[in-house]
Amino acid sequence: MKKFLRLTNIRFISQTTFFILFILSIWASWVTKIGGYPVSRLLEIDVLVFFSTILSTGFIYKYLGWSLAILFLTLLFGRVFCNWICPFGTIHQFFGWLFNINNNERRQQSNRYHHSQSLKYSFLIVFLFLAIPGALQIGLLDPLATVYRAFTVFLTPAWDMAIGNTINVDWLLFSPGSHSRVFTGSFWIGSIFIGLVALNLWLPRFFCRYLCPTGALLGILSYFSLFRIVRDVNKCTDCNLCLNRCEGASQPHNILKLSECFTCFNCLDDCPEDALSYSPFFKSHSIVERKPDFSKRQFIFAGITGLISYPLLKNNGRLDDQSFSPLMIRPPGSIEESEFLKKCIKCDECIRICPTNVLQPATFEPGGFEALWTPVLNFKIGHCQLKCNLCSIVCPTGAIREITVAEKLGKGLFEQKGPIRLGTAFINKNCCLPWANQIPCVVCEEVCPTAPKAIQTFDEEEKDVFGNIVTLNKPFIIPDLCIGCGICQAECPVTDKPAVYVTAIGESRSDNRRLLLKYRNHET
Amino acid sequence: MENKTDPDRKYLLEKPNRRTFIKKSTIGFGIGAICSYLSFAPENWYLSLKDPSGLRSLPKKEAFVLPDYRVKKPIDAAFVGIGHSIDVKKRLLKSLDAIGGLKHYIKPNDLVFIKPNVAFDRSPELGATTNPIILGELIKLLFEEAKVKEVRVGDNPIESPADCFLKSGIKMVVEQNGGRIVLPDSNSFRILSTPGADLIKEWSFFARPFKNVTKVIGLAPVKDHNLSQASMGLKNWYGLLGGPRNQFHQDIHTIISDLAIMIKPTLSIIDGSRILMRNGPTGGDPAYVETSNIIISGTDPVAMDTWAFLNLLKRKEQQLPLYLTKAQQKGAGKMDFNGRLKEVV
Repeated sequence: MKKFLRLTNIRFISQTTFFILFILSIWASWVTKIGGYPVSRLLEIDVLVFFSTILSTGFIYKYLGWSLAILFLTLLFGRVFCNWICPFGTIHQFFGWLFNINNNERRQQSNRYHHSQSLKYSFLIVFLFLAIPGALQIGLLDPLATVYRAFTVFLTPAWDMAIGNTINVDWLLFSPGSHSRVFTGSFWIGSIFIGLVALNLWLPRFFCRYLCPTGALLGILSYFSLFRIVRDVNKCTDCNLCLNRCEGASQPHNILKLSECFTCFNCLDDCPEDALSYSPFFKSHSIVERKPDFSKRQFIFAGITGLISYPLLKNNGRLDDQSFSPLMIRPPGSIEESEFLKKCIKCDECIRICPTNVLQPATFEPGGFEALWTPVLNFKIGHCQLKCNLCSIVCPTGAIREITVAEKLGKGLFEQKGPIRLGTAFINKNCCLPWANQIPCVVCEEVCPTAPKAIQTFDEEEKDVFGNIVTLNKPFIIPDLCIGCGICQAECPVTDKPAVYVTAIGESRSDNRRLLLKYRNHET
Repeated sequence: MENKTDPDRKYLLEKPNRRTFIKKSTIGFGIGAICSYLSFAPENWYLSLKDPSGLRSLPKKEAFVLPDYRVKKPIDAAFVGIGHSIDVKKRLLKSLDAIGGLKHYIKPNDLVFIKPNVAFDRSPELGATTNPIILGELIKLLFEEAKVKEVRVGDNPIESPADCFLKSGIKMVVEQNGGRIVLPDSNSFRILSTPGADLIKEWSFFARPFKNVTKVIGLAPVKDHNLSQASMGLKNWYGLLGGPRNQFHQDIHTIISDLAIMIKPTLSIIDGSRILMRNGPTGGDPAYVETSNIIISGTDPVAMDTWAFLNLLKRKEQQLPLYLTKAQQKGAGKMDFNGRLKEVV
């Protein structure tokens, strides 16, 4: 009879707790449940985010310092994050277990160390070398960013679809309480997530062993870890049973690869001879391999790849103040575009929290590959709500700086600075109902939230196509007042190709993308 | 000898037998007959699946009709009651007493639906949404005096529903006083049929909160509105519709008069505590808001809107919006409030 309070069970409790916390943070960022919960804390303890944002910006934003807790844990105990905390790791472990019901021999085969596991170090080095000159791309593979992104754009909408159909009023606690949400490019984000999980079919925890850059970083850090799995060579009978459930493929049956060990402690449970123990380094009787299996050659090659990828990403002209895309409209509080790309980790937490669904993961169109899955506003789907600053609160890295509603609206202390402008609205008179077709409309004027309104109307008598005299309210824009919230575009009845539309020009986050000369020197 | 290694060859070794032949052929012909019936029987036959034109498989629009929630007023009471008082509760009670008292309209164990105006995510001071204090008092009255079973509050705002309810302060008062908020989502709408309407004969309607409801109360603020001149009690029902509402502005007056006959509420209440005089219906500056100590309750929404337009928004009779005349023509009420109104100071 095994002890109940053994390490594997404690690990299981820890994993379950953190997974529940993760699900709670997803649940609490449902728009109906918003109550100031700290939903982004799990993202802020990501060590890779900590390191790479230091490299790209030179500073540590808000709560990112909390990741030092994980750093110290790693220095003490090894890669505990991977198998005790990381929700993506938990998902992989679950599916790896589910997909690999096999006999001992096959399981041992699938859990043997493979040299290609050093691929993740290459990814890490490429990402870090990209971050140094200022292109943060860790979000493409960072486990927390990946899992948040997938839950935001793929899994929670699926849940909303299923539960939203309830008719019973009492069940509404579990329903989204908002119109069904859509996300551009959700097919790709969802497919990549499914693909990464499905790789467990081939090899358990493929992502964690071969791809995860955060795991690679923690693997390097665990070089210094004080505790490790120690094999007593005198007791060991070389039965290889410790390989049965080895999560990290770190060869506990031989010379342990410390950088690959997830400290899952399954081997301690599985050893029939009690030959394995988790001990401090000074009690080690056997040799462990502390250095990752990553040669200097690989390091140099990965570093060069990272550096030459930098111009590859940056040279598409989308960053230029002349040729930027009119669709590159960033959430309020965002910093200047080139700085934004140094900080955004594409976790899509802001997209999750957005109450109107206007925030969307960017496709290739507005910013090319570099800005893929970063948040952009799509006013065909929603609008930026006037008194909402949620996206700025949840951003873990400060790509969207935390702002107050007063700062957003330019009230109080920010009177001098003026409101945050996301862009400028324009009217296309060729398809605007009152301008082109002599039909009354002006929804845009009605919903315009500024005071006084940035869309105003003047009366004009005109003959319509049937020869009747009609009085029309004709809308026009006052760019001085427009904050680019996009509600006019979202509510325009010419739904498919709105007659009033917002483009990025005039955004207040960048001095070089202003439209009106007189506002150019407001901010210093 | 039986071939155990190759199960595919097993049938060769089975001897044909009359009984199995009959059994198997009956099953085969039976399945064939059922399939041919399903696919070739004319559409109107029982269980036929035939769809010769491709139209039969299209989803059918099933429209429902709202019941009449009205209660006849007592003979000696006025159609419209106007209450003046600094105290919110007294004001509300005065106006309700003038039309026969709340207990006359709402009975114990009623399930009441209240429709406030929560169209935007503005703080209550800006006058763009229903004053939460009045709503709180009304819910309290419903529970304490009329002893109702449940109070539901719902609206389909233009901006994010959850956010609008939160920031307008409505969510807090409703939950404090024991009511329940029903937020709209994609599945809470059904097609409503409104006989007699010109433009919204069949339109997507926020139906979920109306399940088992026995009484309906509209609680609207008074707001300036560029296109329709004013948004008051009748325009408030706009918030129960879904679908492409942004097309309504092409003929807003007809739409509002349609709204007047779309729903027949038990009571209409117009709250004059904050009147948005300019830059409506969104407001945005406290300077656009005027306050008063007036509340209007009644069973004739057209007369109430007319009175509120003249006395709360303080506009001239020549400016009266066209939708009031149209609503009167459709039989929703009478614009002439003289002699049908009781003012309690």
